[in-house]
This record gives sequence, structure tokens and C-alpha cells, in this order.
Amino acid sequence: MKTISNIIPLFVIIPLASAFLIPLIGKKKKWICDLVGALTTFALAYLSVYAVHLTRMYPNLVYSVGAWKPPFGIAMVLDGLTVFMLVTVNIVAFTIALYSINYMEKFTSKWKFYTLFLLMLGGMNGVIVTGDIFNLFVFLEIASVASYALVAFGTEKHELEAAFKYAVMSTVGSLFILLGIVFLYSYTSTLNMADIANTLAGAGNPNIVVMISVLFIMGFGLKAALVPFHAWLPDAHPSAPAPISAMLSGVLIKSLGVYALCRIFYNVIGINPALSSILMFLGALSMVVGVFLAIGQWDFKRLLAYHSISQIGYVILGIGLGTPLGIAGGLLHLLNHSVFKSLLFLNSGAVEYSTGTRDLQKMGGLASKMPVTGTTSLIASMSIAGIPPFNGFWSKLIIIVAAVEAGRHGYAFWAVLASIITLASFTKVLKYGFFGTLKKKYEQIKEVPIFMKLSMIILAAICLVGGLLLLPEVNEVFLGKASNAISEGVNYGIMVLKDIK
Amino acid sequence: MIIYLLCLVLFCEGIYCILRKRNIIKIIIGIIIAEYAVNLFFILVAYRKGGRAPIFSPDAQITNMVDALPQALVLTSIVIGLATTALLIAIAMRIYEKYGTFDITKIKELKG
Repeated sequence: MKTISNIIPLFVIIPLASAFLIPLIGKKKKWICDLVGALTTFALAYLSVYAVHLTRMYPNLVYSVGAWKPPFGIAMVLDGLTVFMLVTVNIVAFTIALYSINYMEKFTSKWKFYTLFLLMLGGMNGVIVTGDIFNLFVFLEIASVASYALVAFGTEKHELEAAFKYAVMSTVGSLFILLGIVFLYSYTSTLNMADIANTLAGAGNPNIVVMISVLFIMGFGLKAALVPFHAWLPDAHPSAPAPISAMLSGVLIKSLGVYALCRIFYNVIGINPALSSILMFLGALSMVVGVFLAIGQWDFKRLLAYHSISQIGYVILGIGLGTPLGIAGGLLHLLNHSVFKSLLFLNSGAVEYSTGTRDLQKMGGLASKMPVTGTTSLIASMSIAGIPPFNGFWSKLIIIVAAVEAGRHGYAFWAVLASIITLASFTKVLKYGFFGTLKKKYEQIKEVPIFMKLSMIILAAICLVGGLLLLPEVNEVFLGKASNAISEGVNYGIMVLKDIK
Repeated sequence: MIIYLLCLVLFCEGIYCILRKRNIIKIIIGIIIAEYAVNLFFILVAYRKGGRAPIFSPDAQITNMVDALPQALVLTSIVIGLATTALLIAIAMRIYEKYGTFDITKIKELKG
């Protein structure tokens, strides 16, 4: 128990150490950066899968940083939800690191890219594993600051404008989160999330908790790009280089936004009907508004960015329902979305790599010249549109069934409607982008290099087999554990602290 | 009580500055002001009237201590704020190079 929990800080240490190492040794030779980036992310992906195995034996692992026992020191906690998020983040990060080997060739300073990328990854892993609320804020800021710099990486007009907008809005979101933490600390006099949960559970439902909830919904909602707070996303995500768009849309908004929302509202503050209906309303609103804004877009990446808002809406709707089925559906959709949305952004990057354009009207018939990109984007589009047997179908089905079961027929209707419009808009992408007649000037284009193909194929394979996570044996060790961790609610505090004393 | 209200006024001033000003530099200053207001509030929360630093010594009897933890946290938060501000200013400089202006109403190529 004692030694086994030493695995937890590795999720933060490894990426931070590599981020430090790359500027030292990788400035001159590009292949060193590639190697370090790929190895680091592979090690993290391997460790996170190993952590799934660990949670079968130890449902709650707690690591005390600097041997200061919680609730006084910083704790790092590994439970079902944490492991679920770690697997999602690190597998996607690994494929993206593979993809960057070829894609980032056209940028001048690859080592800066890898440094920022690994810092962002370290920040995200930190947000996921930490059990201390101020520590969560620090890691959240590490990931955010790295992501502002990455959005501006191209240093062209659009990138800078988007990065500035993103940085300003996201900083304001962070301020609200910090303010929420201040109120929480002043009320409970502790920063350990488990301890806060125990203190609040004994305190009834004081008014200050409402205030804190509002601040956290504003702050984390801004990070998750829920609809009233979404304005930065459609600018920031398309402006970044394609691997970073995949990372931002695929996992950043989920680990900083959705994960933190779930953890704080379910496990620390404790969900109540009012909060639950706010979450469901915001989710449904994002779902519908995002998809309606998406369908009119002609810029491939901007269209995908609007779809991210819409799909995050599904996740929040599922989790906000609060029933075990709804939570499981929301979490499964979170995993699925991070896979297929990353894949779609990588596809858009591959198209841009070969043809130099992102405008759907200027493309056409690319599937004949780029078979791998064409096929994988077909798979990803069918996944996001919810066509069986791809993974997106199963999670949307569960969310809709859960909404009907909970008696929320209106939300179920909006979920179906948004799904149909998603299908329509991806039919548009495929028709204009990959099928139809090939334009004359694109007759000479080639398929993308090997590593880009490889990473797209890996993600497409996960899309195909994603539904298998629902098999009872797999569900029990992976998804079921995660949704149980959320459904437990404020028992989280007791569970985490019980082994310490 | 009045000091908390003043702190709130400072925070609102920062937010107002972010929302209403057109100049990029002024927006950044607004962020800094709002950040300082939150940090100040965190310190105020921990303050005890007439309190002293929580350092134990054999000769002094400590009756009223200031909570020292938020001071350490605010230090971290200030460093984070510094990183954000430095990055924002770097982006602002690059924007000036590309657009030749700090006016955000003239910097709007991204739409839709």
C-alpha cells in the first residue's frame, strides 16, 4: 500500500521532468525532441493503463506529498474517476505526440513546442490526480498558461488575436475559481478536498456554499466552454497547430473543465437538485447552440471547434442527470469525444498539411488521394454523429435512455435533435471535403507521412472498439469504477481519509 | 467590514476595466487589478485583529495568531499571476507588431 502509491506523483513528475530536459538537450537535434516526447507520453500511457490494474486491488490510493499526512499536507488521490481520466488524457496525448513528429516539421522551433506540450500535459495530469484544492488551481494554471502559449505558437495575426482573447477570458475564469477557493477555505479552514467534503457534510447547507457553487460554475464552466462562457473556444482551438487543437478540444477542456466540475460538485460540495438542474440546463443549451453554430461553418477546424461545445454539452447533460446510468453515459461520451474529436482535428491537420487549406469549399475528392485520412475521417464522423456500431452511438444512446428514465423527456428530445444536426453537418464535411470530384490543383497531392498515418489509425481503431467498454467484464474495472466514484458523492471524503489515520 | 467592501470595489474595477476598455494594455492592467483584489481578499480572510505571526518562542505567550497558510498561498498565486501577465504582455507586443495598433476594435479578423 505504501510503496504502491508512489506511482501517483509519477504522472506529474515525468512530463515536468521531460519538459525541463528538452530545452537542455534537444535544441540542436530535432530527433531528440521527438524521441523524448514520444517516450514520455508512451510511458505515461503505459502507467495509466497499469493504474487501471492497480485500482482493482486498491480502490483508493492516497499519496502524501513530502510525507505530510492529509489533511495537513498535499494529497494525491488515485480512484476510479482519476484513473479513467488519466487513461483518456494520456492515450490521446501519446497519439498526438506521434503525430507531431511529422506535422511540426514545418515550424522552426520544435523543442519549444514539445516543452509547452509536456508542461500542458503535466498540468492536466496534476489537475486529475491532486486531492488538494489549491494544488488543483496551481496545476490548472500551469496547463492554461502553456495552452495560451501554444495557441499563439504560429505567431501570425489570427493566432495572436485568438490567443489574447483566450488568455484574457481564461484568466478571468481562473480568478473566479480562486475566489471560490478563498471562500471555501475561509468557511472550512482546510484545503484538502476530502476534508472539505467531510466538513461541509457536517455543516448542512449554508448560504456560502451557494455562492461558492456559482463562482465555480462560472470558472470551470469557462474552462469547459459551456455555452454562455464559450466565446473563446471557436477562435482559440482552430488557431493552434493541429496537434494542439486536438489536445485542447480532446482533453484540455475535459480535464480542466468537466473533470473539475464533477469532482467538486459531486465529491466535495455534494450535488443537490438545484445544481443538478443548472448543469443539465447548461449542458442542453451548449448541445443545441453549439451544433446550430457549427452547421453553417466552412472552415474545417472552426466547424470542429463548435462541435466540441456541442459534445461537451452531452457530457455535462449526462453527468448532470445524476443517475448512475446518466453519469456512466456522460463519462463514456467524455472518453469517446476525446478520441474522435482528436482524430477529426488530426484529419483536418493532415488535409492542411497536404493541401494547405482548411476551407471546405476549396477541397473535394481528397479521399481518393489520401485514403488513410479519408477513411479515418469517415470513421470519426460516423462516431461523432452517433451511427452504430461506432463508439459515439453507445454513449449518446445511454445518455438519451438515462434522460428518458429520469423523466426528462425534453432533454432527451434536444439530445436526439442535436445528434441529427451533427449528422447533417458531418455529411457536409464528408461531401465537400473527402468525396465528390477532385479539384484539378490537388491532383499532385500525396498522403501524409507515416507517423501521422499511424496516430490516425490508432485513434480510428479506438473509435471502432470503443463500444466494447460496455461489456460487463470491462465495464466493471474501468467505466463502472469511474461512475461509482462520482455517484458516491461526498462519501469521497470518508473513503479517502479512512486509510490515513 | 468596510475593508471587504473596498476589496470588492477593487475587484469590480478590474472586471470593468477588462470588459469596457478598448486598449489591450488597459485590459491587461484590468486583469492585474482584479488579480490583486483577489489576493488581497485572501489575505484579509486570514487576518485576525491585533494578531501576530504564528512563530512559537519560549518567552512569548501567543494568544492571537494570524493564519499563515493563505499568505503562502497568495505568494504562489502572485507568481502565477506574474507568469500570466508576462505572457499576455508578450502576446500584446506581437499583436502590435502585426496589426500596428492596440485597439481591439481594429483587431477582429476572427468572426463567425
